[in-house]
Amino acid sequence: MTIGLGHFLALGAVLFCIGLYGVLAKRNAIIILMAIELMFNAVNVTLVAFSRFITPNLLTGQVFAIFVITVAAAEAAVGLGIIICLYRHRETVDAEQFNLMKW
Amino acid sequence: MSDPVLAGVFYLVAALTVASALGVVLTRNILYAALFLVVSFAGVAAVFVLLNADFLAAVQLLIYAGAIAVLIIFAIMMTQNPVKAGISNEQRWPAFILAALMLVVLLAGATATVWPLSSLAPLEATTAPLGKLLLNEFVLPFEVVSVLLVAAMIGAIVISRED
Repeated sequence: MTIGLGHFLALGAVLFCIGLYGVLAKRNAIIILMAIELMFNAVNVTLVAFSRFITPNLLTGQVFAIFVITVAAAEAAVGLGIIICLYRHRETVDAEQFNLMKW
Repeated sequence: MSDPVLAGVFYLVAALTVASALGVVLTRNILYAALFLVVSFAGVAAVFVLLNADFLAAVQLLIYAGAIAVLIIFAIMMTQNPVKAGISNEQRWPAFILAALMLVVLLAGATATVWPLSSLAPLEATTAPLGKLLLNEFVLPFEVVSVLLVAAMIGAIVISRED
């Protein structure tokens, strides 16, 4: 029973698809942001798994994961700021109601 | 990684992570979703430990399970109308089919590819080598990402300011 690269790739793929379902199927903008964070995590698992099993003596995959985490933190801060601002103006966080720019 | 104990730990951690990720998208209570998200982040940190990425595991716990979780819970407290929190829209089944197809494609791609696996032993401690990499080879992206963080911070303050 050896845990190899494939196991970690499968875990990353499952997490990514759960996040994808959440982004597409949810109404609440905060849940959509949470699902995006799940997708970031899935990508990080995949990057670190490649780093561990394909180039174990270089740490390039882990450096990429650090950049992904940084961008995810920036995205969460701006995204939640936008949601709070929208709530102040529209009194809802339902993504279906934000259709001002829809044609 | 052939130790049966490690394999057992991997399956346990993977099951916990996937189950709590499912909890995030399936529960109707948005506060439970945030708590499930914290469990899922902690599970991913454990996966990083299994992958010999000790520094990243610590960063994952600090930034995701600490900072981002608190940020999300604050946003929930400030914006919720809890009666209609976690409900799905009418694209629920198409979204499920699309996600399932995506999973099939990803798994097929991962199993069909022959990966150039390396048999070298992983580094014992990654913190010092990571620091050296970030300030030598990757110093330009490192600085750019710092500017991005400052811009995002100022942007978040400006956007959510009351006026």
